[in-house]
Amino acid sequence: MVFLFLFINFFGICYSETEPYSKLENDIAKNLRCLICQGQSIYDSNSEFALSMRIYIKDQIDRGHSKDQIYNMLVKKYGQWIVYDPGYSKKTFLLWFIPILFFLLGGAIIYLRIYKSKKI
Amino acid sequence: MFKDKIYSPEFKDGKTTYLVDFSLPELYSANEIKLSEVIENKDFSIINIWASWCVPCREENDLLKSLSSLSSLQIIGINYKDRKKNSIKFLNDYGNPFKYNLVDKDGTESINLGAYGVPETFLVNKNRKILIKIIGPINDKDVKKIREIVND
Repeated sequence: MVFLFLFINFFGICYSETEPYSKLENDIAKNLRCLICQGQSIYDSNSEFALSMRIYIKDQIDRGHSKDQIYNMLVKKYGQWIVYDPGYSKKTFLLWFIPILFFLLGGAIIYLRIYKSKKI
Repeated sequence: MFKDKIYSPEFKDGKTTYLVDFSLPELYSANEIKLSEVIENKDFSIINIWASWCVPCREENDLLKSLSSLSSLQIIGINYKDRKKNSIKFLNDYGNPFKYNLVDKDGTESINLGAYGVPETFLVNKNRKILIKIIGPINDKDVKKIREIVND
């Protein structure tokens, strides 16, 4: 029993120390696409690119850069493709705008039909 | 399919893109070398990111050597995530086209350059303006293009 207790504690400590990244670092890594892997984020990937990127993220945090500043820096270097969440810009304007437009258009059509049917 | 997603900064809206600047230790001497100071010395510079463990880099090496004879061009290597012993062996075995070799041990300065990995090649002028960026090994066509630009 004592042995089992020690055993669990030992591995508990081991695992608690294997997380080398802070929460902020992980959050940023989850929002970045690993450009050389297929369908993986920097957080998921163990490629050389992703590992370097994690060190880069840590460096930038240590230098006092905010999350958004880091995203902006990387978008400047690698293009919009590196972030999973495309921000508002001239190029992504339609991407954000079209769903809203369709929603309003659909609403308008439904409204007009109900309005018309009530009138009759 | 995948090619369209590769971002090449130099052709974006005619905007000019400049290479970032940083200092890295040299492979043999371990002296810190500032990239901009080295680039200033020649009209054109090729920045080639390579590693001894990178197989396409071996094939690319011959093409780089053929370019290293051009008088207005210098080739600066960035040794990416490599061991000193292996990189020196690579240069002894395959030849050394590089005037300087800067060691990027953890790959962060390559990220700073906007690189994907090895091999990757930039052609820049004196003012660090990026003229060509090649992701992956360079081929004969690229060499021809570089020769045309350099001889202008």
